[in-house]
Amino acid sequence: MVVKRSMGEIIFDSCNVLFLILCSFLFLYPMWYVLVSSFSDAHAIAAGKVSFFPIGFNLDAYKLVFEDERVWTAYGNTFFYVIVGTLINLVLTTLGAYPLSRKNLEGRNIIMAFIVFTMFFSGGLIPAYLNVRELGLYDTRWSLLLPGAVSAFNLIVMRTFFQSIPDSLIESAKIDGAHDFRILLRIVLPLSMPVLAVMTLFYAVGHWNSWFSAMIYLQDRNLFPLQLILREILIQSSAQNMLAGVTQDEVFRISESIKFATIIIATVPILMIYPFLQKYFVKGVMIGALKE
Amino acid sequence: MLLPTVLYFLIFEYKPMYGAIIAFKNFNPYLGITDSPWVGFKNFEKFFESYYFLRLLRNTFLMSFYSLIFIFPASLAFALLLNELRLKKLKSFLQTVSYLPHFISLIVICGMIIDFTKPGGIINSLLLGIGLISEPIQFLILPEWFRTIYVGSGMWQSLGWNSIIYLAALSGINPSLYEAAVVDGAGRWKQLMNITLPGILPTVLILLILNVGTLLNVGWDKIILLYNPGTYVTADVISTFVYRRGVMEANYSFSAAVGLFNSVINFTLLVLANRISRKTTESSLW
Repeated sequence: MVVKRSMGEIIFDSCNVLFLILCSFLFLYPMWYVLVSSFSDAHAIAAGKVSFFPIGFNLDAYKLVFEDERVWTAYGNTFFYVIVGTLINLVLTTLGAYPLSRKNLEGRNIIMAFIVFTMFFSGGLIPAYLNVRELGLYDTRWSLLLPGAVSAFNLIVMRTFFQSIPDSLIESAKIDGAHDFRILLRIVLPLSMPVLAVMTLFYAVGHWNSWFSAMIYLQDRNLFPLQLILREILIQSSAQNMLAGVTQDEVFRISESIKFATIIIATVPILMIYPFLQKYFVKGVMIGALKE
Repeated sequence: MLLPTVLYFLIFEYKPMYGAIIAFKNFNPYLGITDSPWVGFKNFEKFFESYYFLRLLRNTFLMSFYSLIFIFPASLAFALLLNELRLKKLKSFLQTVSYLPHFISLIVICGMIIDFTKPGGIINSLLLGIGLISEPIQFLILPEWFRTIYVGSGMWQSLGWNSIIYLAALSGINPSLYEAAVVDGAGRWKQLMNITLPGILPTVLILLILNVGTLLNVGWDKIILLYNPGTYVTADVISTFVYRRGVMEANYSFSAAVGLFNSVINFTLLVLANRISRKTTESSLW
């Protein structure tokens, strides 16, 4: 349908495009600045000379970060938490969502209400903290894997998706003699790839970025995830610790860009998987937005 | 099949709810939750009478209220503007870019905030450059700037992500409605007022209810990373206070009481908001 646009509409459209381009600049620029600074000379950063392109290009900051053992241990830990944690999340969420999506499950509304209630009310930080201590999870890797293993919201999203799978498909598999686990693995999950992709993204990003539970539950530095080390470097400004044995001027020359380099190494993996899963998650949020 | 998940909810969600009764007890780790002596509302009274009570309540409320009145409409406006965009490629580029901040870790975001707002940081350089200020501002040290930083960075983080849900609702509007409107001679503005807005109103209302229901639920994360004793005046909120008193000072019963107070108020607000919405419009959460 071709409709002639009036003068007013043309003006509006142009302003809109300009405004939105400005917005995208605002979203991107901080990250661009970090990237550019990580390659720049710290004196130039401190003097405010760096804005669009690196000044005094060098890779010293990256070299130092990668030589630091803390960073490597923490990187390994984070990978462990992301992989094992996400697996636990996916298994538990699926095991909850699938039975609850079947209409023949008795009492499913009650169980649903019991799960949804936790989205709106909780015992609070202190009882949760004491609970973890009481269960003997304090200062173990489990303290980051088990609490929060199921998100009620994600469970609802998944259940809604499962409900859209035709009952007749499941019925016919049953007649062929398949039991519930087989149906779930062979029929339901292969049909649910988009929602599984979204869940994987949500949970994995959550584990990758999480730090608060690590801060309150972990004492042993060998278990620390990357984010806690980042916190020491970025927030508590202990970048200098990486520079033992270097002169004062060297310390200054590099500590600024170390911050930016650590931001980059901590963010790049997430940003790398993001484009692959992006098309799925909009769908995921949409499913979540629909009410039953 | 359902058992592991139900067990999870019992152990990690409902057991702490039971554990919240330590708010009414004088919790002693050696006696455990059940055997610790009851003290009634003493912990609550101590909190209500303390000098912190009003300050925490005000800070918590203001921080989330400002987030609500700035970020909520801005996300809606962003979605509407994107929706009016006719260049499909630019639209999907903008969407991708606007979700990005949502995936960056809070530690990194706070690291960026600290760096950008310091005296030699880009924000000060920019403001000095255009002559808006004559000397650098120590944004994070001055209490009067804390809420602005909190809400401003929150907007950057969540604007795009929040708009997804509106865009989803917008794409659900039947295109034939617009075609009919064009035939009737309605301009873009009229289409917005008569088709687009009514079309997404239910979604907007549901989100509004959810937001009101968490009005006292300002997250501790960003605040803990950014505040310092000098900015407690405006930055300290209920959850950060609970964290300091409970986890750091092991004052379990007292901080559990503060936390429970917060949960109960939130839950009440949610129920109220939901009821009001159900009475006045047709949208409700349950």
